[in-house]
Amino acid sequence: MRAGRAALELLAPAALVVAAGLLGTLVSQATEIYFVSALISVSTVVAIYVFVGNSGVLSFGHISFFAVGVWAAGVLSIPETEKPATMPYLFDFLSSSTVGNVPSLLIAAAVGGVFALLVGLPLMRLSGLAAGIATFAVLGITNNLLRYYEKIGPGLNTFSSVPETTDLLQATIGALLVIAAAFAYQRSRLGRQLRATREEPAAARAVGVSIYRQRLAAFALSGFLAGFAGGLYIHFIPINVDAVYLELTFITLAMLVIGGATSLWGAVVGALFVSGLDSVLAEMEDGMTLLGRTIDLPSGSRIIVVSATMALVLVLRPGGLTGGREFSLDPLLRRLQPAPSQEAAK
Amino acid sequence: MIASGLTDFLRDSVDLQVQVDAIGLGAIYALMAVGIGLVFGVMRLVNFAYGQLVMSGAFALAFASERDWPPAVGITLCFGVVLVLSLAMERVVFRPLRTRSAAVMLIATFAVAFLLQSIALLWFGPLGKTANSLAQLNRVVEIGGVDVRKITIVAIVAAAACLLLLVTLLNRTSIGLYMRAAAIDSQTARLIGVRANAVSTVSVLVAGALAAVVAVLLTVQIPTITPTFALQETIIVLAGVVVGGMTRLVSATLGGFLIGYVSGLLGGALPSSQSQYLPSFLFGLVILVLLLRPDGLFTRSRGLVERV
Repeated sequence: MRAGRAALELLAPAALVVAAGLLGTLVSQATEIYFVSALISVSTVVAIYVFVGNSGVLSFGHISFFAVGVWAAGVLSIPETEKPATMPYLFDFLSSSTVGNVPSLLIAAAVGGVFALLVGLPLMRLSGLAAGIATFAVLGITNNLLRYYEKIGPGLNTFSSVPETTDLLQATIGALLVIAAAFAYQRSRLGRQLRATREEPAAARAVGVSIYRQRLAAFALSGFLAGFAGGLYIHFIPINVDAVYLELTFITLAMLVIGGATSLWGAVVGALFVSGLDSVLAEMEDGMTLLGRTIDLPSGSRIIVVSATMALVLVLRPGGLTGGREFSLDPLLRRLQPAPSQEAAK
Repeated sequence: MIASGLTDFLRDSVDLQVQVDAIGLGAIYALMAVGIGLVFGVMRLVNFAYGQLVMSGAFALAFASERDWPPAVGITLCFGVVLVLSLAMERVVFRPLRTRSAAVMLIATFAVAFLLQSIALLWFGPLGKTANSLAQLNRVVEIGGVDVRKITIVAIVAAAACLLLLVTLLNRTSIGLYMRAAAIDSQTARLIGVRANAVSTVSVLVAGALAAVVAVLLTVQIPTITPTFALQETIIVLAGVVVGGMTRLVSATLGGFLIGYVSGLLGGALPSSQSQYLPSFLFGLVILVLLLRPDGLFTRSRGLVERV
């Protein structure tokens, strides 16, 4: 029974992702990109969840690990012949090498993980507001350097001519891998220790758990997964560094909080729910026909609706849509067969 | 090279011109820090949307300036818009979330910030509007061989006046007493009859009035108002407030002033080839200070860690 319940914790989010992937094959080419984008969001939000959800410490810095993933995969997989034109000031070791699709994703993940580990070594000693502001500072520095230091990348220009290899299949597999890693971590000894520090820091310390070490491990893993998601993203759509800054930080945190920050199920539900909402609104901005009536929203209304939804969810359901709990059939079973104790009480 | 860079930096930073500009910037940042610190003290809420209040006020000024309304009308409109928005924010978002954790409240203000920013984007477009009815304040007067823009003097005087008014409000009125009581221990304050709603309304209104002042001062220096107006400033001031220490209003204000001052010094002293990296230097310093003094530069005791 316990094994079944644990399996469900992994299978339910995985099934949701596979369902989204399959649904994506049924629709037109133009609609398919929304599904790919939603699946990459799942990877990103689950990566953030590994740290924020398990530790209970807010991080504004995860998009910087995503951003270095974007940068590493982007700068390395642009064909050598294209590099002098778009990035004339590049360091030699960057301009003289080109890597394939899968290696570039692995490098993106590794760069994200190492960066998170290095940043985490000092920063994981902080908690509360100081931690929030310090991670924000990391995000600011990352954006600032990627924006202006043209020896390592295209600066403010777009990462153009990156092979667009992230299709529905890759995005689905990527999301499944990230979910599996997050699940394996949260069931492991390390994950449980970190969750203990989230619930009761004093008691966790009393039984010998090092809060610093547990947070650092989660931070590094989380950065690794975020870097991987960044790699997937740059192989999906050409962007510049400002696309991976404040707005993305906000949207991904919104997804996590709307879904329910303390569970893997919540992270996946939140990512898919907000992506779905965002896609429908994007279509409406272009003019969508629904039941014979044309809905045409002014462009820019997406983020208004998303942020209003987020404020609303926070006010009405502070635990998020899933209440921050893992997927379980118990509530459903209870509804199907009323508990015998209640019958007896009558 | 580093040594010569450092001496250059020191020589440039004692330059009076740089000093005056840095203090002017520090004064504006200190006002924002007071607005953020006051609400945090009373409600334990970090208001990320504070910059968007300033932005709304700035758009009100631009609105008035484009219609050639006299500056007084523009400034009144600016105060009106910011105060109404502050009240709405408090009633719709802050009040229902008052008992939630700091993280939930911070994310909620994040949502409000993006909501206001995207409404501004929809309404005024990405290129924004121009507010130049107070542009003559940018004129330079020479004091003792140093070029001082009038706005710098206005900013310093306005900041000093606002802080003085606030200190009077907190120390000489009963609502000020209630606010101080709520900041020290809101639970006990409520038990002895301090009305939590009144206290949070007043603190949000005072913070809003300060945001309106900041909007007026900032639009003179940056007359092009875009939806991201004051966003960068808010992030820097938030960092400054935490660096100074959020637990006391004085330390938060000092932190805000300090980060404005340091950023003014860096801006004046960095060679122009490196000035684009100013945010990196500033954020690097923030991280360094937070690591050395996580509870704030200007706080006396270290936070206690609960033990079993």
